[in-house]
Amino acid sequence: MAGYYHRIDAIRNAANLKPVLGWRESDSVTAIPHQQPLPAPDVPLLALDTLWFQVAGTLCNIECTHCFISSSPTNRSHEMLTLADVEIRLAEARRLGVRDYYFTGGEPFMNRDMLAILETTLKQGPATVLTNGMLLRPELCRELRELFDRSEYSLDLRVSLDGFDAESHDAIRGKGVWERVMKGLRNLAGVGLNPVITVTEAAEGVGSAEGRTRFLEVIRGFGFARPRLKVLSLFRIGAEETRSHGYEEWERLSMDGLTPVDAATLQCSSSRMVTSRGVYVCPILIAEPAARMGETIADTLRPFALRYGACHTCWVDGVNCRT
Amino acid sequence: MTRLAFIGGIYSNYPALVATLADIERRGVDGSWFLGDLGAFGPHPNRVPELLIEKQIPGIQGNYEESLSSGATDCNCGYTDPRDNAYAQISYDYTAANTDDALKQWMGTLPREIRMDIGGLRILLSHGSPRRINEFLWHSTSSEPFLERLCEESRADVILCTHSGLQWHRRLERNRHVVNAGVIGRPANDGRTNVWYTLLTVERGEVSVEFVPIDYDHQTLAREMRAEHLPAEFIETIETGWWTTCLEILPAKERAHSKF
Ligand code: SF4
Ligand SMILES: [Fe+2]
Repeated sequence: MAGYYHRIDAIRNAANLKPVLGWRESDSVTAIPHQQPLPAPDVPLLALDTLWFQVAGTLCNIECTHCFISSSPTNRSHEMLTLADVEIRLAEARRLGVRDYYFTGGEPFMNRDMLAILETTLKQGPATVLTNGMLLRPELCRELRELFDRSEYSLDLRVSLDGFDAESHDAIRGKGVWERVMKGLRNLAGVGLNPVITVTEAAEGVGSAEGRTRFLEVIRGFGFARPRLKVLSLFRIGAEETRSHGYEEWERLSMDGLTPVDAATLQCSSSRMVTSRGVYVCPILIAEPAARMGETIADTLRPFALRYGACHTCWVDGVNCRT
Repeated sequence: MTRLAFIGGIYSNYPALVATLADIERRGVDGSWFLGDLGAFGPHPNRVPELLIEKQIPGIQGNYEESLSSGATDCNCGYTDPRDNAYAQISYDYTAANTDDALKQWMGTLPREIRMDIGGLRILLSHGSPRRINEFLWHSTSSEPFLERLCEESRADVILCTHSGLQWHRRLERNRHVVNAGVIGRPANDGRTNVWYTLLTVERGEVSVEFVPIDYDHQTLAREMRAEHLPAEFIETIETGWWTTCLEILPAKERAHSKF
């Protein structure tokens, strides 16, 4: 069903969703009390299709109130990856038959090696960069366009917005950010690159048909004749509801275990995350020391016990999206 | 030398199937197969399966045959965009309502894959991919290492698939190949009205692939679609060669060549 890719997209952008729904610090990955005596089911690695790179570490040029890994200009808990770091894992990924590559941070374009990293990656497979759009200066956009044209594999960009005007966006991202993102998007449009704009369903009623139409108009306004919009419906039911029904779902999950169909909806069944500190189970849990599965990708080709609150959230959303 | 013809998604495009079969017959091949998705998009969904049965052409289930034969409420196409899904639902509801039960039952008897050995090459026919009936395999996002893995895991040297709607061929190391046969149901989003099927030739262990453009009476099809009140967007695609729906699933590269 449609749910599979949709959910992966949703989780990729989980960072943007929490504030909209009133997610608080205390609701983060330890949302389920540790004393809860439920065994955590294992999720198998069904296929290693996607490899993530925490290419900018936790370094970002802005400091969003809701960032689930607290990226900021000064957070160095994960360092930037160098081209050499990426090359080592790409060689391993080639042997393992990885399908595609995703780059996130922090802000990927803060990494001075980013263009070289993309160039190398695109010789081996398609690449998608998740960016806040602020550093997309005309020259960088021109270089990205050239890379796009000469690569056999697809180069895609995703710019996530927290609203569709300065007021709603900047409330979360910080003052003046909207203006800079708009400039970046216009620069992209100027060179004919067409990013996917991601936005949460909770933002300004974009979940409704009218809201969507309005948002598509906004994207056209940036200069994109063929607007690509992904509305993420993660946590559609709201944080409060997630909490109140959460344990029930979790218990069901614990008792019945995961079927392969269930597992396929979780991105930890088809991906791993490379950071400067090693390889982690997924992009969401890189702040959890126990989610580091090993030094190399080969170390991580095994099941992972879903014992975190964030796992619960992934699961609840899965149920939600499939129905 | 062995030459085989593969027909990807037909989407109830009966005139295109007639033209394709005529072309195959004219060229002469050692065998022809369809790769699933006989219905969707076009009008009068009984005609295509009836003709395939009459001509005794073998083939496999697509997600459409799986859904129709099991009484599912949607096509399980795998789209993620609400607009794409809305149009997919129109196609499916129309097709489900207008396909005879006997044909639905016949669809349920089709295999999900076919394997054969041609001159020592293991050939595998699948709909989306060998591992998932509705997996979209695109040229720009199917990396060679990934396709090598698919070949390895499915124990095949040559994989044929369809489902995504655009034809391509990747030649891998050790004489392995993955071929998306394209579709004859609708044009390939290139501003031309023709559709494509695929010829695969094996000669002394060497594989070559030819994508064959087929011109057919698309005006008649458009007229019939109008008479059946199918969406104007679908008819526009048939008349112009540009996709108007199901676009959001396209990777950046394929989308860049798209009109919409
Ligand atoms: S948070 Fe847990 S369930 Fe979600 S992708 Fe990571 S490991 Fe899997
Ligand atoms: Fe299909």
